[in-house]
Amino acid sequence: MGNNTHSEVIEHGHTAHDHDHAHDHHDHHETFVSKYIFSMDHKVISRQFLVTAVIMAVVAMVMSILFRLQLAWPGEKFAFIETIMGKKWGKDGVLNPNAYLALVTIHGTIMVFFVLTGGLSGTFANLLIPYQIGARDMASGFLNMLSYWFFFISTCLMLGSLFVEDGAASGGWTIYPPLSALPEAMPGSKLGMTLWLVSMALFIVSALLGGLNYIITVLNLRTKGMKMTRMPLTIWSFFITAILGVLSFPVLLSAALLLLFDRSMGTSFYLSDIYIGGRPMEQAGGSPILFEHLFWFLGHPEVYIVLLPALGITSEVISTNSRKPIFGYRAMIGSMLAIGFLSFIVWGHHMYMTGMNPFLGSVFVFTTLLIAIPSAVKAFNYITTLWKGNIQFTPAMLFSIGLVSSFITGGVTGIILADSTLDITIHDTYFVVAHFHIVMGLSAIFGMFAGVYHWFPKMFLRMMNKKLGYVHFWITLIGAYGVFFPMHFLGMSGVPRRYYTNSNFPMFDNLIDINELVTGFAILAAFGQVVFLINFFYSMFRGDKAPQNPWKSNTLEWTTPMAHVHGNWPGPLPEVHRWAYDYSKPGHEDDFVPQTVPLGPDEHDGGEH
Amino acid sequence: MILLYILALLLLCIALNQVFKVVELSRDLKTEKEWHPSESDNRLNGRLMMVFFIAFMWFFVWQIYRFGGDRILPASASEHGVKIDWLLNINYWLCIVVFVITSAFMFFFAWKYYGRDNNRATYYLHNNKLEMIWTIIPAIGLAFIIVFGLKYWNEIMARDNDPNPVRVELYVKQFDWTARYAGKDNKFGIDDYMQINGANPVGLDTNDLACNDDILVKNEFHLPKGKEVCFQFRSRDVIHSAFMPHFRAQMNCVPGQVTNFRFKPTVTTAEMRKDPQVMRNIDEINAIRVKRGEDPIEFDYLVLCNKICGASHYNMPMKIVVDEQKDYDAWIAKQKTFKAVAVKK
Repeated sequence: MGNNTHSEVIEHGHTAHDHDHAHDHHDHHETFVSKYIFSMDHKVISRQFLVTAVIMAVVAMVMSILFRLQLAWPGEKFAFIETIMGKKWGKDGVLNPNAYLALVTIHGTIMVFFVLTGGLSGTFANLLIPYQIGARDMASGFLNMLSYWFFFISTCLMLGSLFVEDGAASGGWTIYPPLSALPEAMPGSKLGMTLWLVSMALFIVSALLGGLNYIITVLNLRTKGMKMTRMPLTIWSFFITAILGVLSFPVLLSAALLLLFDRSMGTSFYLSDIYIGGRPMEQAGGSPILFEHLFWFLGHPEVYIVLLPALGITSEVISTNSRKPIFGYRAMIGSMLAIGFLSFIVWGHHMYMTGMNPFLGSVFVFTTLLIAIPSAVKAFNYITTLWKGNIQFTPAMLFSIGLVSSFITGGVTGIILADSTLDITIHDTYFVVAHFHIVMGLSAIFGMFAGVYHWFPKMFLRMMNKKLGYVHFWITLIGAYGVFFPMHFLGMSGVPRRYYTNSNFPMFDNLIDINELVTGFAILAAFGQVVFLINFFYSMFRGDKAPQNPWKSNTLEWTTPMAHVHGNWPGPLPEVHRWAYDYSKPGHEDDFVPQTVPLGPDEHDGGEH
Repeated sequence: MILLYILALLLLCIALNQVFKVVELSRDLKTEKEWHPSESDNRLNGRLMMVFFIAFMWFFVWQIYRFGGDRILPASASEHGVKIDWLLNINYWLCIVVFVITSAFMFFFAWKYYGRDNNRATYYLHNNKLEMIWTIIPAIGLAFIIVFGLKYWNEIMARDNDPNPVRVELYVKQFDWTARYAGKDNKFGIDDYMQINGANPVGLDTNDLACNDDILVKNEFHLPKGKEVCFQFRSRDVIHSAFMPHFRAQMNCVPGQVTNFRFKPTVTTAEMRKDPQVMRNIDEINAIRVKRGEDPIEFDYLVLCNKICGASHYNMPMKIVVDEQKDYDAWIAKQKTFKAVAVKK
């Protein structure tokens, strides 16, 4: 019960603050700058993260179309490519190999870090943690503001690096040295790489500030009655995600710092016995494998940093729109905790073929395949939540179902890649590209779309158009599977990833039709996103005015007024009496029972079971 | 030109604005909410879920038929690869079964339980028995995969299969491969990257006499059928990866260290060219090449680079020829030793 006393104290603190606030109201002027730019309000910061991420996602998507054109029609001249890329990188409308690699690298970096980490966690953890646990704001509004502005600066640096003379970083988003350490190895390893590393360092600062804030807020600022076992699964997912980030991002920072030292100060953490540019290098004794270990110690948890928030959002959206409690609430929490824990001891499965000791590889086979169990539990629980539901197909619900589908489709091939024996033949082929794009990329972006459609009314006080949402969903689902499903077959034919063109290997000549098919679907999917962008920006200003609880949801954010109130609730904080999933509960007239409704006599809290 | 773009953009904005105005006007006339799914929306999307599922399955089968036949890698040309293929096929089937069944349930439920106006969902919290079942069944399946996976992994990675294998080194740099044979003594001379120069391209330590009978070849290298080949890999500059897909073999080449892989080739290049699947695939390729005015090709084993290594990562093949033992012996006898080449220079 320590929790309860704690939140009471906090609440008192806040109530006092509210009185002051009301008192000051006449002489307290929020300027445009303090309200919308250097804001410390979690609602504004969440919108800042979202809009930045949407812009970054558009950039990364356009990049993917550019390199997909090259893969489907290698050497074909597209005049607009020269317009976009300039004479140096797209002479006569054909990408050159360095430009291709830079696009692939920055596409991956932006999608993984800026859209699906910064964008997804930044938007929804910021919006929902205070709202759903019943807090006035984040524990530290100031750190929260810094978190966004570090993110913003790192975004600018990453985009800026596209415009330097020798081009952006182009060693793949995993930036393995020595390729990324040696300016002689490729033009992308010159200034572009330095900017990439500095940008990532700032990004990590942002992720850490945000993550610490999320953890502390969830632990300390829950309102009265909001026990950990009554929290919505969204909050559980953001909480576990933040812990993963805080534990793993510093390791990436150290990896990046050592790489900076190797690049500029002549150290040899990752370098040994190298002869390049016509002369032997002095550095000796380092090992690129060290970098791979450090990188993937972040890199694998990162996969779940991307995925867990999406799964949390989906849990909430599927339960609300099935009008049913989420099936196996405790098992859902348990499986997220298990996934979070295991994600720290599986990183070696990225390294079976690196020359790492094979025995070490076998340990990672075991731990990696274990992750399949909690993942399977989650998928089955989602499906059972749909069973005997009364499914309301909002666009958010459609995307959540899309997520479950891609989580299954991409997840099953994970058991193949987890197996070191099988990895020998499919490592670094297009099979891997297909797998991780479906299971991580599609699932996470579907979760993000679900979140945008579902909480748009809370963010912008207006509703998005459902019909455009339906069109967007179906085009996206069809386009996405059309892009990534055929890639499995490229991999099974032995096509390596990150090839500028396959036309130099006659054995791949007849696979060109697969690449054309993929690119066709990619263009279709890109047009689908235009529908989303129109809906998003249009609804932001001109959409229908949102009612207070449009989806008839139980969670606390829908008890706040439809206006952006400083401190979220104008009066005292709400008190929570039950878990978040009392949908269609017998004995209640409505098919939803908000968390603030007290338990009736003899009524049991659903979460207690 | 840029002005034209701006003008087009401006016109587009105006046009969109007009469209929105019309939409808004018509919206005001209707009572239906533009954001709330009605029963007919639910029915439509529920049906589309089923339609999508059927189309998705059709697409899946179509792809297997179209892309998964002769084009995928032919049967393994190495001894251990047969085991990999066996395990891989079991895994594929497992994946397909799980994928189809769980997807079917999900899309079916999404359709069957689409929201009706006068319906109420079933309040159903959890079921421990059910959850135990779907925890334990995957666990059993995974245990099977882990046991076989690790058994084969240990066999493939073991170092003492054959006391006297053919020793081949693949030395890689941006952007080509050099193969080195250990020569008569079947022992590699030690290397020293400081001694790399035009006459000593792979950086051998010329003080080590074991170097003298080593043989360096470019563009293609030969392997004897039915003999264990012990590869070692070295890189001069960045990480590369030696990927020999037909042999189900792959290993990264890491500067500063030596990595290894062993396999036993079981099918000669000549035999592989007569494999029915390979012949059909090559015919398909040659039909395309002839149409484009390019020379037809014959099947060859290749080593490809499979770790991003720079601008020409996509273009560094080396041909592998698997011979009968006597042909291999004849080929290797014709090659010049490192010493012979160095003396000539």
